Amino acid sequence: MNIPQLSVFLENKPGHLQNVLRVLADHAVNIKFFTIAEVKDFGILRMVVDKPEEAHAALKAARFACSLAQVIAVAMSDTPGTLLRLVDAFGKRNLNIEYMYAFADRHGGHSITLFRFEDPEAAARALEEEGYQILKWLPQGDLQT
Amino acid sequence: MFSPDQESMHPSRRRELQLERLRWSVGHAYENNAFYRKKFRAAGCEPAQVRSLDDLRRFPYLTKEEMRAQAPYGLFAVPLKEVVRIHASSGTTGNATVAGYTRGDVDLWATLMARTIASAGGGAEDVLQVAYGYGLFTGGLGAHYGGEKIGATVIPISGGNSERQLAIIRDFGTTLLACTPSYAINLADYAARSLPGFDFRKTRLRAGIFGAEPWTEGMRQEIETRMGIDAFDIYGLSEVIGPGVACECSAKRGLHVFEDQFLVETIDPDTGEVLPEGSQGELVYTSLTKECCPVIRYRSRDISRLFREACPCGRTLIKMDKVYGRSDDMLIIRGVNVFPSQVEAVLMQVEGVEPHYQIVVDRQGALDDVEVRVEVGEAIFSDELKVMADLSEHIAARMRAVLGISAKVTLVEPDAIERSAGKARRVIDRRTL
Repeated sequence: MNIPQLSVFLENKPGHLQNVLRVLADHAVNIKFFTIAEVKDFGILRMVVDKPEEAHAALKAARFACSLAQVIAVAMSDTPGTLLRLVDAFGKRNLNIEYMYAFADRHGGHSITLFRFEDPEAAARALEEEGYQILKWLPQGDLQT
Repeated sequence: MFSPDQESMHPSRRRELQLERLRWSVGHAYENNAFYRKKFRAAGCEPAQVRSLDDLRRFPYLTKEEMRAQAPYGLFAVPLKEVVRIHASSGTTGNATVAGYTRGDVDLWATLMARTIASAGGGAEDVLQVAYGYGLFTGGLGAHYGGEKIGATVIPISGGNSERQLAIIRDFGTTLLACTPSYAINLADYAARSLPGFDFRKTRLRAGIFGAEPWTEGMRQEIETRMGIDAFDIYGLSEVIGPGVACECSAKRGLHVFEDQFLVETIDPDTGEVLPEGSQGELVYTSLTKECCPVIRYRSRDISRLFREACPCGRTLIKMDKVYGRSDDMLIIRGVNVFPSQVEAVLMQVEGVEPHYQIVVDRQGALDDVEVRVEVGEAIFSDELKVMADLSEHIAARMRAVLGISAKVTLVEPDAIERSAGKARRVIDRRTL
């Protein structure tokens, strides 16, 4: 049920993102979700891709500092207040969100939010208890309810 | 010990031997070399004044600039027909300094290197892989001749080609590795990155003799842990003879200087004043039996500390600390003296940081700006921005606390800092003063 997410360290300089994307393109890796968090000098690129193990190995071989982590994806209706209620579910259990990012789904008026927790299992239990649907990981990198 | 009589000689007996040899060496330089003769006369010195070891202090220092100016043959004290070998320093900051060797000098050097190999626990049964560069640089041939002298099986692979180095370590049963410490780390990196099945602990490699650049205890620990070996520091300068001037023993508490062959003093690098044993300062060397190029009070620019202690290894030789740095590598940053090795020591205390770093000094207006670039290896990478930002802040805080400098710490991608098979370029100083 956890989603493998690939993270890559990037210097905040022209051309560096291309270097990563080129490695992925060369290995025919398709990116499903993508976000960058950055401070002044560097950033961390986080991605959900269709072939995480292969992409991770290829980036390592190309000498990037990178890692695979487990994130949780939740689908919810694209309406005011839903994200607040969702985050409340974690807050009242004292589960700290390390980071999160969201995308509007093209189909059916949903949005998808990805969460990184130190303890993904506890977060998943919380979501189940609250009746949220956790998205499943499909081998091609797609997420399914 | 390779030369037990010399290495464990009673100190008072050694002082007699040193005085006898010093008188010969100063006299030899004066009588057989015009440069020294002129220099000594200008300073009002002559060999007859040497009646005790302290009398050496009357004589002027010999600087690297003087040696460069005398290149190639101006410091030779024997005719060229007696010279069997030439070496030269890398000369990256100007002209090279040139050193010549008679047959006797080559043999002395080989003996000194045999002593260092024995000091690292090596002997005739060892397979010694010499991954120092061969050529004008003294590292390769120095280790080579020492290895042959002690009867080890020498593999003269020279520097570079990490894949081949590792294959030879594995297939030829190498037991001793001689190279620069930064190259040893390069080899460990290469093995981890490109040869997944390679395990140093499954090879016969058990010790390394590492030198030709200053390195820290942290780097020693990293090499020892990653390669599963004992790492020994060896010290030398091509101007004095090459590697084999001093080396560590099994105690790994300072390097024994082979003072039956070299007198060593500590001086204040700014004033030239001789400092008492135990003080930190620039080391000054005087050769005692060298024939082709006697050196009288050569200023090494290496900063260290001399001390004596009863060593469990049984050697009675004076010790020097691992070299902290070179007086000309010493950075003065906003008035604070900083050696690259100190920066490295701070970095190596941070869990997971690898010794791939570079110090960039620049001047913004009237103030020095220091940037320490640190590569992000797998061990310190986190997908959480906060953890990475905390790491660079933590390193900056340690620099402030330990070294007293405010450095900007920049995390960079793996391999962002230029590597070399030989000496690593640790400092970029962009200040134009």
